[in-house]
Amino acid sequence: MTLASYILGVVAALLVLLIVIEMLRRRRLRERHALWWLIAGVLALLAGLFPKGLQWAAHLVGVQQPTNLVFFVSIAILFLVCLQQGSELTTVESKTRTLAEQSAMQELRIRELERQLLDKDRLSSDPDQG
Amino acid sequence: MPTALERTLIVMPALNEESSVGTVVHEVLSTLPGVSCIVIDDGSKDGTARAANSAGAEVAQLPFNLGVGGAMRLGFRFARENGFDNVVQVDSDGQHDPAAVTALVDELQHADIVIGARFAGKGTYVVKGPRRWAMTLLSAVLSRIAHTKLSDTTSGFKAMGPRAVALFASNYPAEYLGDTIEALVIAAKAGLTIRQVPTEMRERAAGAPSHNPVKSAVYLARAALALLVGLLRPSIPLPGDAS
Repeated sequence: MTLASYILGVVAALLVLLIVIEMLRRRRLRERHALWWLIAGVLALLAGLFPKGLQWAAHLVGVQQPTNLVFFVSIAILFLVCLQQGSELTTVESKTRTLAEQSAMQELRIRELERQLLDKDRLSSDPDQG
Repeated sequence: MPTALERTLIVMPALNEESSVGTVVHEVLSTLPGVSCIVIDDGSKDGTARAANSAGAEVAQLPFNLGVGGAMRLGFRFARENGFDNVVQVDSDGQHDPAAVTALVDELQHADIVIGARFAGKGTYVVKGPRRWAMTLLSAVLSRIAHTKLSDTTSGFKAMGPRAVALFASNYPAEYLGDTIEALVIAAKAGLTIRQVPTEMRERAAGAPSHNPVKSAVYLARAALALLVGLLRPSIPLPGDAS
């Protein structure tokens, strides 16, 4: 491993962490959506700073090439994030549906109330004319 | 000039509290003369809204669960649009004694937010383990940024004065623990004064705080995260201060 690739690894991990924390800070990202990216950033930083630690972890789980462990963990995290977003999207869709139904029913109630008011007005103004 | 209580709105977030909400509303309206009370039904699946309504409270029904933070923001907005100066948050499960609301509202003359605190010498509320550490950490950090001693920062029994209501009507966090921890950070950073008043908590009608160590540890982590995020975020100016 060259010094350049070591620096590249560390800088890339720091950049990820910096972007995620800045988005959290500006309220562009909710805590629950930031969690996986924060974990990914911290893992990448650890792997970047301590390549020996990565080799040890790869050996521990029986992966021969430490970089393969990096790919495996990265794909696993991406998979989990996608899954979480799919689940969140499902929740949001069902909430939108509930809101649409509620709005339609309120429209009905308002129209019914308007009709009743109109009827009442007619009833009260009729005797004056007659 | 209407009395302080007449200018106060009691906001009660309620989720599936059919069995207790009626009694609590009734007790609030009978012990606090002139007060108005709104129950925010946070997507309950039972008869919470009906029970609250027949006990004499105004009821706002959310179409789905938004959490305490979301329900409270609706309460703050309702208070703003209907000309209430103060908002007092009271739990619908009966653990808060409505008689203590008077003390909180009185203290609003000297502060923007008054917390009804469980550990300030009154009552017998005991917590152990990671949950205890979380509360110690929160109390130490929040006391520091609020420049006053706060011993119970996650209390759901709080009174907010006009400046706090204006701030929270547009900036009340909906995140888990955000409605207690981050809300206090936002208030302290905006320059609001926070005080606490010792209050006694009653036995909850149903359920007790969890003593499962794993859950408590997760609670500690989430509390620390909520605190950290709150501290990192830039401060929000008070509405009206900019002009």
